[in-house]
Amino acid sequence: MKDLITKLSKAFELKDVVYQRSDMTFATANKENLISLITHMRDNEGFSHFVMLTCTDWIEDNVFQLTYILNNPTDKHDLAVRCMIDREEATMTSAHHLWKHIATYQRELKEMYGIEFPGSPRLNENFILEGWDDIPPMRRDFDTKQFSADTFFPRERPETNDPTEYMKKQLHPKDWTEQKAK
Amino acid sequence: MDFDLKRLGFTLLGLLIVLNWGMLMSAIMRKVGARVARRYGIPWYQPWIDLVKNYALRSQITHGIMFYLGPVFRISGGVGLFLFMPMIIGSELWMNYSFQGDLVLLMYFQFFGMLGMALGAGEGGHPNSAIGISRGLSQFTVIEVPMTLAIISLAIQYDTLSLVDIVKAQQGGFQNWTVWTNPVATIAGMLALLGALSHSPFNLVKAPNEIPIGPPTEYHGAFLGVLRTNAAILHVVEAALFMNLFFGGATNWFEFILKTFLIYFWSVFVGVVFPRFRIEQSVAWFLKIPLVFGILAIILYM
Amino acid sequence: MSEEKNINKFENPDYAKREVTGPDGEVFIVDPIKDYFSDERPQVYLPNSIPVVEKFLNWARAESLWVLGFGTGCGSIEIPPLMTPRFDAFRFGVQSRPTPRQSNVFIISGYLAVKTLKRVIRSYEQMPNPKYVLALGSCTINGGMYFDSYNTINRLDQYMPVDVYVAGCMPRPEALLAGFNKLKELIKDGKGEKANEYAENFDWYKANQKKIIKDWNMPDYNW
Repeated sequence: MKDLITKLSKAFELKDVVYQRSDMTFATANKENLISLITHMRDNEGFSHFVMLTCTDWIEDNVFQLTYILNNPTDKHDLAVRCMIDREEATMTSAHHLWKHIATYQRELKEMYGIEFPGSPRLNENFILEGWDDIPPMRRDFDTKQFSADTFFPRERPETNDPTEYMKKQLHPKDWTEQKAK
Repeated sequence: MDFDLKRLGFTLLGLLIVLNWGMLMSAIMRKVGARVARRYGIPWYQPWIDLVKNYALRSQITHGIMFYLGPVFRISGGVGLFLFMPMIIGSELWMNYSFQGDLVLLMYFQFFGMLGMALGAGEGGHPNSAIGISRGLSQFTVIEVPMTLAIISLAIQYDTLSLVDIVKAQQGGFQNWTVWTNPVATIAGMLALLGALSHSPFNLVKAPNEIPIGPPTEYHGAFLGVLRTNAAILHVVEAALFMNLFFGGATNWFEFILKTFLIYFWSVFVGVVFPRFRIEQSVAWFLKIPLVFGILAIILYM
Repeated sequence: MSEEKNINKFENPDYAKREVTGPDGEVFIVDPIKDYFSDERPQVYLPNSIPVVEKFLNWARAESLWVLGFGTGCGSIEIPPLMTPRFDAFRFGVQSRPTPRQSNVFIISGYLAVKTLKRVIRSYEQMPNPKYVLALGSCTINGGMYFDSYNTINRLDQYMPVDVYVAGCMPRPEALLAGFNKLKELIKDGKGEKANEYAENFDWYKANQKKIIKDWNMPDYNW
């Protein structure tokens, strides 16, 4: 695998290569090179199975990290290609022409993170949320607790006690007041 | 036929007995199924409670006139089958309204309820009803074939189409029963009965865990109560028909109850042992084994 | 693409009310939405005026609980064991029915996503009148471990009337059987009239439901 990565590094400008396990490798590619890289991996290097496409929100760096995980069934090897895209203009080239099921992942990312994939089929249809009109819920600037409190009629919670303190107060009230006085 | 109030009263009383016996029998059979699965099972009075509850539901919706008429057709099929069925042989009062040539009418009434149900369930408009009813009709059509062949064989054997005459010919000891004098027709008839009572191998049409419950998907409340009442009557009357045709009829109520119970138990016994057939499997099965016996029964008595 | 989003039958011009001229020149009005949906509101059905009859009917309703086979959350895995030899809910007159038209008890088994709530409301409204809701798990009481989730509701009683809560995460089938027995007691005491409560406070429940179900593409009341 190392030979393959060094060979590809020049052509596709791979960075941050991590050999996570003996059968799993991580690498970061540019937004421009990524589609040609996974096309090459699929057609020429035997990575014929697309495992999944997922996203991570790095709000501190103002980027989304898209992770494309490919699998080589003959060598039993996974390759995860990371790609950083800008958080403000979250747009990525669609890869649905390579594997059909990528379109579903892209629909999910569009709904949950608001990432655009121009040309991807049925991109704007509801995936899980129906009629969502707030900012996409998996973005980290979305305050889910506040949203829940505003929307779902939260029940008032009863007063709670720390069990240790409460039992000390109940069983040894003298010690407890002394401790508090200190 | 003169109008006879006493006769009508006894017929209605017979209907009441048959209805309650059918409910009790279905409870016993569910209990048997539960014990086979090592469960305690329902209380024996559960079918009556279900019936009262169904009739007592407050809100009901309708989908049109045929939706009302479906259960009515179904119960008139069951009650009609009862009216022309001799219950106790030798008793004037329990013979109901059986007359010469009634076997053809009974065959018709068996199918009549199914057709009414098809119309009503179609009006319900639910896709599951339509699928269920097409399955039900195709299954019932293939059940009718061996059953009709067996009955024709009996008609040739006894040279009559009157059910009363067929039963009377079987009196005077169990060696005169059709099951000994015409065993091939009996086999065809009893195999067809498995489908007619729609227990386990052939219960795809109405099993609750198939496409939700098939034809009665939209039926609720009193509609469902009528359908359940009909099911209780129909099960006993179907068993009584086969008792009259093959097992020498009944000369008193005890004999009636014992024989209908055993005939019904035959289908339950098969039901707890064998898993459910898909519709194409059951159609193929009825067109293979029972049909062969039916044709054989005809050929032997030609 | 965005025009195709959320195809709403109520806004679709193909389903609009229109006049049609028949072959005889006769003009009649066609309203296709009416073929799919009715705009009737739920009614309050009063109990039988004779107390003895009503008591008997309530006993029958309590002893014959037909459960709608609709699993909404993780608790739906607790329902199938109820019918197995170990718990055997048939002893208590509990059976499962596959269609809302024939069932009386709705078990909300655990957390409810907003998307599921929409289907739950449709099924609940299709059930015939004396109907009971049995809410399972802490998620239906106060949101449970999903109290801060953006897509699961916190309190079920804001959206439909609840007869019995069974607390726990998840309650075991024994707890569910205890819940059934509690429900029976309530029905026998004549307290199982929550369906009428729903009809009386219909506007309040509808407002709460519409607050969270954004694409409301069904009629207000599903008969």
